[in-house]
Amino acid sequence: MALLKIHEPGETPLPHEEERQIAVGIDLGTTNSVVAISNSEKPEVLRDKSGGNAIVPSVVYYGDDAPVVGEAARDQINSDASRVVSSVKRLMGRGLEDVKSVAGTLPYHVEVPENSETENGEPMMVRLNVGKRVLTPVEVSADILRSLRTRAEESLDQPVEKAVITVPAYFDDGARTATKDAAKLAGIEVLRLVNEPTAAALAYGLDNGAEGLYAVYDLGGGTFDISLLKMQKGVFQVKATGGDAALGGDDFDHAIAEHLLAERKDGGATDDLDASDAKRLLKAARTVKESLTDQDSIEVTVALTGTETKHTVTREQFDAMITKLVARTTAITEQVLDDADILPEDVKGVVLVGGSTRVPAVRKAVADLFEQEPLSDIDPDEVVALGAALQAEALTGGSDNLLLDVTPLSLGLETMGGIVEKVIDRNTPIPVAKAQEFTTYQDGQSAMMIHVVQGEREMVDQCRSLARFVLTGIPSMAAGAARIRVQFNVDADGLLTVSAREETTGTEQEVAVKPTYGINETDMATMLRDSMMHAREDMEMRVLTEARVEARRNILAVNAAMAADKALLTAEDETNINQAIGNLETAMAGEDRDAINDAAEALENASRPFAEARMDSRIRQALAGQNVDEVN
Amino acid sequence: MSNTEQSAHKVCWSCKGPVEASALFCETCNAIQAPGQLDHFTRFGLEKSFAVDVDAMEATYLKQQQLLHPDRFASKSGREQALSSQQAASLNEAFETLKNPVARAHYMLRQAGHEPEGGEGHTVNDPELLMEAMEMREALDDAADKSTIDAMIKDTRKQARACEKDLEVAFDGHSYDAAKKLATRLRYLMKMTEEARAKKSRLAAA
Repeated sequence: MALLKIHEPGETPLPHEEERQIAVGIDLGTTNSVVAISNSEKPEVLRDKSGGNAIVPSVVYYGDDAPVVGEAARDQINSDASRVVSSVKRLMGRGLEDVKSVAGTLPYHVEVPENSETENGEPMMVRLNVGKRVLTPVEVSADILRSLRTRAEESLDQPVEKAVITVPAYFDDGARTATKDAAKLAGIEVLRLVNEPTAAALAYGLDNGAEGLYAVYDLGGGTFDISLLKMQKGVFQVKATGGDAALGGDDFDHAIAEHLLAERKDGGATDDLDASDAKRLLKAARTVKESLTDQDSIEVTVALTGTETKHTVTREQFDAMITKLVARTTAITEQVLDDADILPEDVKGVVLVGGSTRVPAVRKAVADLFEQEPLSDIDPDEVVALGAALQAEALTGGSDNLLLDVTPLSLGLETMGGIVEKVIDRNTPIPVAKAQEFTTYQDGQSAMMIHVVQGEREMVDQCRSLARFVLTGIPSMAAGAARIRVQFNVDADGLLTVSAREETTGTEQEVAVKPTYGINETDMATMLRDSMMHAREDMEMRVLTEARVEARRNILAVNAAMAADKALLTAEDETNINQAIGNLETAMAGEDRDAINDAAEALENASRPFAEARMDSRIRQALAGQNVDEVN
Repeated sequence: MSNTEQSAHKVCWSCKGPVEASALFCETCNAIQAPGQLDHFTRFGLEKSFAVDVDAMEATYLKQQQLLHPDRFASKSGREQALSSQQAASLNEAFETLKNPVARAHYMLRQAGHEPEGGEGHTVNDPELLMEAMEMREALDDAADKSTIDAMIKDTRKQARACEKDLEVAFDGHSYDAAKKLATRLRYLMKMTEEARAKKSRLAAA
């Protein structure tokens, strides 16, 4: 007979070796991405094979062969710019309407589908024309993630299938889902989506054992986030968060590029830029920006449309170009402080995240606002990935740190007249479940449109539309008599599901809000089939693992019960149970999921008489302790 | 706990044995349980009183989240993950409700069988309060600089504090009609503070 392992009640056994897979942290950035791993709360970034740079530019080159990611892709900008995609994160989860606002700033052609809606009336996702290919932002992100996964596997010399991926706190539901979809395409199971500022705080907090209130100012390539966190005893509690999903260092580059173009125009040049010119100009602008971090002025040569011009840009000029952009970040910061009812002087430390915080004018603005020098002893390009790695370790059972995050934006429903009724306010701790009741406005109304929106504005058309669905089968009633309960659930990843139910009859429609800008399941399946041969294998493996996890829990539970109520266990039950456990353990060692489930069911049957005896005994005990009068 | 009302037992879904209806975890097999119908105060081991020590409650909240949050169940079975999500969500709801004085007052009113004002079909009928709110709003519209608004915020917050004290007394004395009125007043004061802050940041942005 197999030896039984009995755990003390209350002591959670560590996950079994085979499931204790390695999990990495990934910072999937607009401009750069980084992958890191943590062991014993010591995170480190993973470098390329030659032990060089930790930073992978989030740039993909779609040549004739397989996609190329990173530095090598960026080098193609000078020779084959039309097939290079960068800053794709700005398009994650975006519909065409949103893209129009950033259209001029994107260095590639964004395709406008002929029908802007699918057959179901859902808006179509943006597609990019890159060389001969038509790609969704999700696919491009998946290519970046695949490359990071390969880097991690080569560096760690073992398969990597799980990760914590960071997203801007301000990412809405559509962009979060798109990120998860991209990971799925890259064969990565997302343990958790963690907000970038929170991850950064985790990296700092553990290093310094910090306690108190901290602000994380995160200015990346394309996004700005500000978060306020309270740290205490290993718990990182996000108090408030805010930001702008379309504001970052890329905008600094554009400001410089515009300045250079204007100078050329003054000099008589007439530039009619194509996509490659624009990319080269932006590359030059970025060099200017980076040089001005340490230098007071920089000379740059711009060669476009056949004319070459020389320019000098001073730090002072650059500061003036970005004043408005920086002021936008400080205004948002003040708003968030107000939201949380916190004064700048209450903040114990300010953490800087994102490459754009290297810009001296940005540092100065932050220091002035908080009246203190911000912390920057962890590389601002690496800090998010390091935090993500720490969280990946915590999630796989390696540490006790806990992140308590909030919803970045309010969630609500469209009501009469296009007014938004908020169901969940921004900065509500997640996970959260909230319900609200609505009613019909016409006699005999048999259906109700449920339109889910995200945002702070009062009118529906000023908020982001997340999903629409129709609750049908409402019985004929007078206007205002039906009671329709709409339930919102936001999980720990910040993802929303909505269900609606007519209370008087129980008519129910449950809809996992697949944001309209995400990929639908059919597209996803096709993409998986096309791009990944191992998809099916992975899926089966996951189901098998889940069956094993469940079976192991089952055995532990029965063993714990036998240890606790030994007196109630008959010899016959004990034999049966132990035999069933033995069978289940044998099945678990195999690869047959059905066999495991069957053996698990057999164990349940074998232990039923014992479970019933335990219930009976407890009820008798409870009754024995009470007077007859009280038992009713 | 010697709380007799909580001593009912149910069947643990995991080990099939008995478990206390209000237990977070099965004492035998340690499996996480579905959240029961615990009232918010009991959840934090607090007296049913309007006076809540928010800091102490937060400490309990964090301790419980350490045990219940989905991040603690990332490598557990799907069912345990789902239960942990439900538990964490209901813990969040309890904390958010009791932390916010208006939400706390409304919750206590409903617990006592009184529907708060301002909800569906309950219009606010307090001319004095409406007049006061109108005056405050006009003053805010006229306020043109940061220091005026700051002074207004300070004043409304002071009034809100006083209002909370009155609510404490009202609830202690089971004077629910008075509590209803005070809760509405507190809601107005909070809203004014919010609007004043919004105006301040609009001024700063301009």
